[in-house]
Amino acid sequence: MIALALPAQDSGTFTPPGIEEMHLPAILPWGAHDGFSKQMLLVILSVVIIATFFILAARKQQLVPGKLQFAGEMAYGFVRNSIAKDIIGGRDFMKYVPLLFSLFFFILVNNIYGAVPLLQLPSFSHVGGAYVLAGIVYVTWIGIGIKKNGLKYFKLATVPSGVPWYILPIVIPIEIISNFLVRPVTHSLRLFATMLAGHLIVMIAGSGIEFLVMQENVLLKGTSVLVLAGAIAMYMLEALIMALQAYVFTLLTAIYIEGALHAESH
Amino acid sequence: MNQLIISAATEGAAAANPLAPNLWEMGVVLAGFAVLFYIVVKFVVPMFEKTFAERAEAIEGGIAKAEKAQAEASAALEEYRQQLTDARAEANRIREEARAEGAQILAELKAKAAAESARITEQAHAQIESERQAAVVALRAEVGTLATTLAGRIVGEALDDDERAARVVDRFLAELETQSAGAAK
Repeated sequence: MIALALPAQDSGTFTPPGIEEMHLPAILPWGAHDGFSKQMLLVILSVVIIATFFILAARKQQLVPGKLQFAGEMAYGFVRNSIAKDIIGGRDFMKYVPLLFSLFFFILVNNIYGAVPLLQLPSFSHVGGAYVLAGIVYVTWIGIGIKKNGLKYFKLATVPSGVPWYILPIVIPIEIISNFLVRPVTHSLRLFATMLAGHLIVMIAGSGIEFLVMQENVLLKGTSVLVLAGAIAMYMLEALIMALQAYVFTLLTAIYIEGALHAESH
Repeated sequence: MNQLIISAATEGAAAANPLAPNLWEMGVVLAGFAVLFYIVVKFVVPMFEKTFAERAEAIEGGIAKAEKAQAEASAALEEYRQQLTDARAEANRIREEARAEGAQILAELKAKAAAESARITEQAHAQIESERQAAVVALRAEVGTLATTLAGRIVGEALDDDERAARVVDRFLAELETQSAGAAK
């Protein structure tokens, strides 16, 4: 970062890549700005990867699992037990395991793309996918709430019990805003923003290294090593965030579903 | 290509605003997720759950089987113990009976032997007495004849006079008897 702040002397000024460059040209363009993009290819690829891996792992159904089956069971058991069972609990959780499982691995694989050399593009660095997933979750938990409690659910979700009546005029709007308006927005943007920022940092570091290496001044050229070290550290952090965001997204989904299921006790 | 990027960056407001989604991409994510969700619901989750259920059943079944075997073993042990106790009691009873029976038999035999020996002794006494009696009678007749013959030879004449001879013999025997009675005293 220090290196980036140094004034460029000979080779003109350094222009860091911006948001505009988040959008690669389409592989198969159609229309003015649209086309079959790398993002789309990666999303389809992720479905193939996840489906293939888990069907292969689950297919044998041996009582004493092999390595592949064990890995699949560990991954499945993580979502099933550590997220669905622990958060939703009781007898209800099995119904929501498929959704949580699909969400977790769909997001995880699409995020990890950002850490895979050559692919280097987390699918959710474009906001559309995050909107779609958050929208699915939004519709799901509201649907569960209505199915479980009827239209009374909206009262249960917005009017907290045990609050004095004179505070209710303040609390109810806050609850409505936080539960029904802000929740899907934060749910989607949290995923999108972390992926975008991570991708942007990798791009900036890359172009910064390239720019510094091109400098004629040897000392200035040498500072590119610092940027490289920083970029590697950021890469590690990004890899962690990619996995963490998949977990957070799924965990929040489970929490929303649990809240809708047990609206009376909240 | 470069021109495309620039045109997308400058002309398209959608591309510049990071919060504005690309509808095509949304469609692909929706379709992709739907396909994945279908596969997961239809195949992945049922297969894993089936495996888990089978495994749980195998483990629980094994435990149940072991418990059953344990119960059977302890029942058998109990039965053997009972049998052993019964057998011991039976053996004791038989031994007691045998002992009592033996004692009884022994007593009977003793009594019988005593009676037998008494009978034998009695018989022997009687026989001895009768034989002695017979011997005395025979002897008396024989001694009379012998003595008469001997006396006749010594005297040198026939003692044909039976009446006198019988008197002599009787007197002799009476003397003998008094002598033997005196000797017995």
